[in-house]
Amino acid sequence: MANVKARVKTPSSAKKGEVFEVKSLISHNMESGQRKDKKGNKIPRQIINKFVCTYNGNEVFSSDWHGAVSANPYLAFHVKAVDSGTLDLTWTDDSGAVFNKTAKITVT
Amino acid sequence: MRNIYMGVLGVAALTAGSIGPVFAADWGKYEVEDRRSGYTYAAKETRDIQDDDFENPAMIWVDDGSNLWNQVEGEAGKSCASCHNDADVSMKTAGAEYPKHSAKTGKMQNLEQRINQCREDNMKAKPFKWESSQMLAMTAFVRHQAKDQPVNVKIDGPAAPFFEKGKAFFEERRGQLDMSCKNCHEDNAGNMARANLLSEGQSNGFPTYRLKWQKAGSLHRRFRGCNSNVRATPFGYGSDEYVNLELYVAWRGRGLPVEAPAVRN
Repeated sequence: MANVKARVKTPSSAKKGEVFEVKSLISHNMESGQRKDKKGNKIPRQIINKFVCTYNGNEVFSSDWHGAVSANPYLAFHVKAVDSGTLDLTWTDDSGAVFNKTAKITVT
Repeated sequence: MRNIYMGVLGVAALTAGSIGPVFAADWGKYEVEDRRSGYTYAAKETRDIQDDDFENPAMIWVDDGSNLWNQVEGEAGKSCASCHNDADVSMKTAGAEYPKHSAKTGKMQNLEQRINQCREDNMKAKPFKWESSQMLAMTAFVRHQAKDQPVNVKIDGPAAPFFEKGKAFFEERRGQLDMSCKNCHEDNAGNMARANLLSEGQSNGFPTYRLKWQKAGSLHRRFRGCNSNVRATPFGYGSDEYVNLELYVAWRGRGLPVEAPAVRN
């Protein structure tokens, strides 16, 4: 998938026990599988079908996406601050391609 | 008879019942005299996406544009930055002032054309295709530097005859539906056409991320779409007709803030 870009926005620090918001955006065409090309052949479906976020290796958020999902999807979710460390966001699409972005958080 | 074609849009579109925004809100900078930006015709959720630089998917094109700005390309070994230095200084008003009359070509020149002229003449690089991701990135980036600047195009002097052509195009009926830009965007702004709320057709937000396109797109792409919608043969990207129309449409939006890249439906 050419030119897939992901971005993440989190607060740089949070107090232990505090709930903070993680915002994510990925650019992806999300080919629906319903379109046909000029010759009448169906353009195969290629969408992101799974999103997972781990926090210091522990899965804190996971989502299965299906047909009709938005192109260039924005996803925001909340996480409870436990320890300082890394949030690892992974998007997987139908072709098996994996897109990844990390963010660091300091927990005081 | 024109009435037959009017019927296609349905009676609801052109008679009573202006289903514009319910609140007579104070639109601030998005409203100047009797002109309103497309921002004011969009749903709140759409406006929120535009207002958040992180959530606005078109900002990805702006980011790409800022990388392209610094990228050396072409036989002259230059990047945009080589001559124009920091875009947020040198491009502060460009996005609000194009199309401009070009002494070189003797006709109006819009931003895409100016960029390609720079690429070919000064960078000795290949021009970008009009609707390519690079050109969209470049125009989104350059226009974005003029964000919130009031649209301010010159229509006097050498631009005057082209302005008149653009105005004539805007008012001329065309296509199987025999409709002009004016019929929807002036006579019926604020009314519904089928399920769409008609805006004034302003250009201050282009290049725009249209939710319908699910990507950023140029003004000429929109012109082509509009012409196709009334079953008229669209003109080409960068055609004289569209560049002149672009000048007129920009003038119609004079004073409105540049919103590139906007989010519309």
